[in-house]
Amino acid sequence: MNLTLNVWRQPNRHTEGKMVEYKVKDISPEMSFLEMLDVLNEDLLHAGKDPVAFDHDCREGICGSCDLFINGRSHGPEKGTTTCQLHMRKFSDGDTITIEPWRANAFPVNKDLSVDRSAFDRIIQAGGYVSVNTGGVPDGNEIAIPKEIADRAFEAATCIACGACVAACKNASAMLFVSAKVSQLALLPQGQPERKTRVENMVAQMDKEGFGACSNIGSCAAECPVGISLENIAILNREFIAAKATSNNLA
Amino acid sequence: MLLDSKIPEGPLAEKWEKHKFNVKLVNPANKRKYDVIVVGTGLAGASAAASLAELGYNVKAFTYHDSPRRAHSIAAQGGINAAKNYQNDGDSVFRLFYDTIKGGDYRAREANVYRLAQVSVNIIDQCVAQGVPFAREYGGLLANRSFGGAQVSRTFYARGQTGQQLLLGAYSALSRQVAYGKVKLYTRSEMLDLVVVDGKARGIVTRHLITGEVETHAAHAVVLATGGYGNVFYLSTNAKYCNATAAWRAHKKGAFFANPSFTQIHPTCIPVSGDYQSKLTLMSESLRNDGRVWVPATVELAERLRKGEIKATDIREEDRDYFLERKYPAFGNLVPRDVASRNAKQMCDEGRGVGSSGLAVYLDFADVIKRTGAEAVSQKYGNLFAMYEKITDENPYELPMRIYPAVHYTMGGLWVDYNLQTTIPGLYATGECNFSDHGANRLGASALMQGLADGYFVIPYTIGDYLAQIPPKPVDANHPAFAEAKAFVQARTERLLSINGTRTPGQFHRALGHIMWEYCGMARNAEGLTHAKAEVRKLRNEFWQDVKIVGSGEEMNQALESAGRVADFLELGELMIDDALHRNESCGGHFREEYQTPDGEALRDDENFAYVAAWEYLGDNQPERLNKEELIFENVKLTQRSYK
Repeated sequence: MNLTLNVWRQPNRHTEGKMVEYKVKDISPEMSFLEMLDVLNEDLLHAGKDPVAFDHDCREGICGSCDLFINGRSHGPEKGTTTCQLHMRKFSDGDTITIEPWRANAFPVNKDLSVDRSAFDRIIQAGGYVSVNTGGVPDGNEIAIPKEIADRAFEAATCIACGACVAACKNASAMLFVSAKVSQLALLPQGQPERKTRVENMVAQMDKEGFGACSNIGSCAAECPVGISLENIAILNREFIAAKATSNNLA
Repeated sequence: MLLDSKIPEGPLAEKWEKHKFNVKLVNPANKRKYDVIVVGTGLAGASAAASLAELGYNVKAFTYHDSPRRAHSIAAQGGINAAKNYQNDGDSVFRLFYDTIKGGDYRAREANVYRLAQVSVNIIDQCVAQGVPFAREYGGLLANRSFGGAQVSRTFYARGQTGQQLLLGAYSALSRQVAYGKVKLYTRSEMLDLVVVDGKARGIVTRHLITGEVETHAAHAVVLATGGYGNVFYLSTNAKYCNATAAWRAHKKGAFFANPSFTQIHPTCIPVSGDYQSKLTLMSESLRNDGRVWVPATVELAERLRKGEIKATDIREEDRDYFLERKYPAFGNLVPRDVASRNAKQMCDEGRGVGSSGLAVYLDFADVIKRTGAEAVSQKYGNLFAMYEKITDENPYELPMRIYPAVHYTMGGLWVDYNLQTTIPGLYATGECNFSDHGANRLGASALMQGLADGYFVIPYTIGDYLAQIPPKPVDANHPAFAEAKAFVQARTERLLSINGTRTPGQFHRALGHIMWEYCGMARNAEGLTHAKAEVRKLRNEFWQDVKIVGSGEEMNQALESAGRVADFLELGELMIDDALHRNESCGGHFREEYQTPDGEALRDDENFAYVAAWEYLGDNQPERLNKEELIFENVKLTQRSYK
């Protein structure tokens, strides 16, 4: 396959970027999308030009590093798939592909297609945990958890924090990301003692980071590569309102 | 140098308990006066950083990722072992210990492995308390499954994403300490050198991967939790950034490197599909619980499959060779990884491999789907099946998976004593980064166990013993050793940038990987290893004359990052070959063709090689010195491993 790529190039956070056109030749349909970019970068390097910076690591869809906005969609055209698991067989010979970074104020561009998602870490630091120290915890089977609850908590916990939800949202809202962690811990008995403060503090941090509000369009869940359900946002809203109505937390 | 493993006296089962009493404690009021650097935020690093901060130490945690949660532990699929015996099937601490020693082909240290088995039970409790959503039974209790190399069901799991869930647990504990201000988190910071002052580890040099800034950081002790070196082979199941640089820099500063040739080739990975391939994807070993491994009984049938004339499902039952079940009736498809891998290679060498390249065998789920239904199979392995289909465009519910062995884990690593301290005082190594617990072959679901055991339950005790013996005064970051190490890092970066040759770091990496896989992979022999040594050395010389990077060191420069890592892989590769060449026996993942039993199994030489080979760096282009730690087995009898 021969392809034309329109790629966002931006030297660093403080310099303006622009789209630049590149051609790649002899791309195998068996390649992953990132392997196709590897080919581009090898070509650029041989030509003495600066390769395109992009985030990636495990290349098996679990680390959440890869974050490309392809033809106007988070992680490209295939449903339930991270960029690294997207394969070129989903494209056709002669296609023009537009590749941009996540666009959100809370995710500044590091360089080219790489963005800074440390806002997500700070939201977790605001309360996305159970406050237990190492040691002195009860036996793992001390508290029975109904399988259905454990499974639902697991489903929410599979979020990979890639940020596709934010990129897909017209408001650049982080509600799906935040709701996944809030739901997981609100469902489990271990999460109960801090249930109220957790949701209040995480939401406060989310707002502080500059993420937009949720207008219930659902593009986040539609574009989520691991299928985090929109139901989590409903749980988040419920948890938040209940906490605000009853807690003494001043966050 | 005499290697003192510092194994406590007394009966095996009492060593750790006694040691915990004997180690010195740091006064609670003094703990905040000690700084500890933890490099790496995977299972071993995040758990250590969080636990040390909880105790009161000031922790600085470093990762080259944009977030601690991206560390490659996240990709571990199958599960984590623990000797809970929840299944009432005869498991015990001793059995887990025994299985691990035997699985490691008697090349691990008894005392460490026993401790690992002991604390395994605490890990599960800890993770449950953090809110890790392990798989559960309908009654609400934790579920288990069996895993390769074991005949009891002791593996805890969270579908095929156990590593992710455990790492997110450790990450949440770490995040909590960041919020409390007890951990200072440095993301996008890659360790490029260790600072040693008066023979003691006192800090590190890092390069910020976005700004390019080179910084020094001082501390009273340094913990390396930087993972393994499987990417020496270029193609492996490791993530793209996984590298040996931190460990290798420490090695060149005096930390011995143990058993570098002990690398694990995982039997069930998705086969290579072309030259452009950037990495290999593991299909969890748990699949072997239900999948049956086979190849066609004849070369003719295999050829027709390779040409695409027939499909796997066209082959009649009597024309299939379920070779693991045939050769190892007791363990069947659940033989340890090294045995499964070698047998797959053997089938392909015989010309019975499948797939267009002929370098694959089948892993077939037809039986279990017939027995329990596709829905039940999806419950267990849904995400793995989906991943397989995405990569190969084949539906494993309809056609058997094609699998082939790939580099997955490295048992070798920095030599550590019982306290997890390297040969540099104040420098510790945890998780895959050290060599300690898996001998010559790691059992499935034991990597997560070891990473978390080291981080949650071992290092918090043992590092205190060291810190209690040094005064609680701030470390002098103005010592010339810091400036020297920083200048070294900057000079190296400049040198890499100035070469301006014709070949990219990626090309050198591929070339190295090809040599290593060919001659130092699943089967090795003296002739091939000798040849490979010369080839690697030649490649290394070419690298320093011909590598091409553009841009500068003062910006985000991924080619520069890669070049630095490849440069270290080129040196480590040679040491791996030296180690493989000197070990004139076969054991676990190290299979020397000259040393095998008449039926092709690994032939150990306990009389001459029951030791840990700890290599000492003596200077550039000088052969490393071999130091030996004799392995003494008082609680298990050394036998030939048999899974028949």
